[in-house]
Amino acid sequence: MTAKKRIKVIMAKPGLDGHDRGAKLLARVFAEAGMEVVYTGLRQTPEMIVEAALQEDADVVGLSSLSGVHNYFFPRVVELLKEKGLDNVLVVGGGIIPDEDVPGLKDAGVAAIFGPGTRTEDIVKFVEENIPNT
Amino acid sequence: MENLVPEVLQGSIRAMAKLITLVENEDSRSLEFLGAIYPHTGKAHVLGITGSPGTGKSTLTDKITAVLRQRNQTVGIIAVDPSSPFTGGALLGDRIRMQRAFGDPDVFIRSMATRGNLGGLARSTTDVIKIMDAFGKDWIIVETVGVGQDEVDIVKAADTTVVVLAPGLGDTIQSMKAGVMEIADLYVINKADRSGADALVTEVRIRVEQDAQIKARPWQTPVLKTVAVEDQGTESLVEAVDHHRKFLEESGKLKKVRWEKTRQETLSLLKEEISRNVLEKILGNGRFDDLIDDIIANRKDPYTSVKEIVETLFSDE
Repeated sequence: MTAKKRIKVIMAKPGLDGHDRGAKLLARVFAEAGMEVVYTGLRQTPEMIVEAALQEDADVVGLSSLSGVHNYFFPRVVELLKEKGLDNVLVVGGGIIPDEDVPGLKDAGVAAIFGPGTRTEDIVKFVEENIPNT
Repeated sequence: MENLVPEVLQGSIRAMAKLITLVENEDSRSLEFLGAIYPHTGKAHVLGITGSPGTGKSTLTDKITAVLRQRNQTVGIIAVDPSSPFTGGALLGDRIRMQRAFGDPDVFIRSMATRGNLGGLARSTTDVIKIMDAFGKDWIIVETVGVGQDEVDIVKAADTTVVVLAPGLGDTIQSMKAGVMEIADLYVINKADRSGADALVTEVRIRVEQDAQIKARPWQTPVLKTVAVEDQGTESLVEAVDHHRKFLEESGKLKKVRWEKTRQETLSLLKEEISRNVLEKILGNGRFDDLIDDIIANRKDPYTSVKEIVETLFSDE
C-alpha cells in the first residue's frame, strides 16, 4: 500500500521583476501533470529558493526570469544547492533568455532553458524524464 | 538507504526533510523510523490553524511565528493544501504568505498535499508533527486546507485549535452550525478592519454563550479580532494561546487529551495493519472478483457475502 511517490517542484521567481504569469502557468501545468508544486511567489533571493528546496525535499527547482538577471541568479541557485548537499535537484529555467546565454547557463548546471513558445507538454516530459531517481 | 533518525535527532534539516518525504510516501521503512523517533516526542506544543479558504490562515501563521521567534522559540510549520482528485497534483501556495519566516534557520516550513485524504489534513500529518517534535521544535503550527464545515481532523492533531473566520462569508445561521464551529479553543475574526467584523464577533460570542456543549467545557473560548496583514492583534492571539496551554497543563487536561490521542492513533495504526493483512488474505486468491460477478448477477448480495467472508476467516483460525 505504498502511496505513489510524487515529483515535488519549487517554482520561483528570483530577482525583482514582477511578471509571474509564466511562473504561475507553469506551476499549474506541473500540478496538472500530477506533480506537487510549491509556488514561492515573487522577489525571491537564491538563498530563499534553496532554503525552500531543502525544507520541501524538492526534486525540481523551476526558475523564471524576465528581467535579464538570469546569468547571475540561475547559476547562483545551482551553486547554493550544491553547497547544501542538494546535488540531486534538477534545475530548469525559463523566461526571456537570449540564445547566446543558454550554453553558459547549461555549463553552470541549469539542465534546460525553456523560452517563450515552448510547448508545455515538452517541459513536463523533460522534467519527468530527467529527475534523478533517489 | 541510511538510517535518517540519528541525523534528525542531531538537528540535520536535510535528514528531517528526507524523512518527511519517506513518511509521506508510506515507504516500507517509515514505520521503523517513526518507531525510533517516537521516544523523543511529546515536548512541542501543537497549534492548529483552521478556517475557510481566504480567511488568512497562512498570513496569521506567519505573524504568529514572528511573535514566537521574538521569544526565541523554534517553530515548525506544516501547511496543508488540497491535491487534485483528478490528477493527484497539487499547487501548494501557503509559503508565499510566509516570507518573514523564510530564511530563518529556526523556522522549518513544509507544504503537504492532502493526497486524497478528507478531514482537512494529509494522512501523514500527525507523523510529520512527530518528526518535527523529535527534531526539537518548540512549537509546531499546523495549517489545515481551507475547510468548509466538516473537516475537523485538526482537533485530533493539535493541542490548541484556532478557528479563523472572516467577515462577509455568510449570515448568522453559518455560525450556528455544527462541525468546524464547535472545535475551537480560540476563535479569531481576521480581517477585522472590514465591515461586518463586529457583527461576526457578536454572532460567534452568542454561539459560544448559548451552546450548551461549548459552555460545559471548563475552558472559556475567547473570540479575538486580528488584522493579520497589518500585524494587529497577533500578539494578543499568541497570549491567548499561552493561556490555553497553561490551562491544559494546570487542569491536567493535557495529559488526558494526549492519552486519548495516543489511544486513537494506536487504534488506527492497528486497524490499518489488520485490514492490510486480512485484505491480502481475502483478495489474494481471486475469489473475491468471482463474488462480485455473483453479486452483479443477483446470485448473491453484498451484505450476506461480507458476513460469510468474515465468518470463514475466523473459523480458519
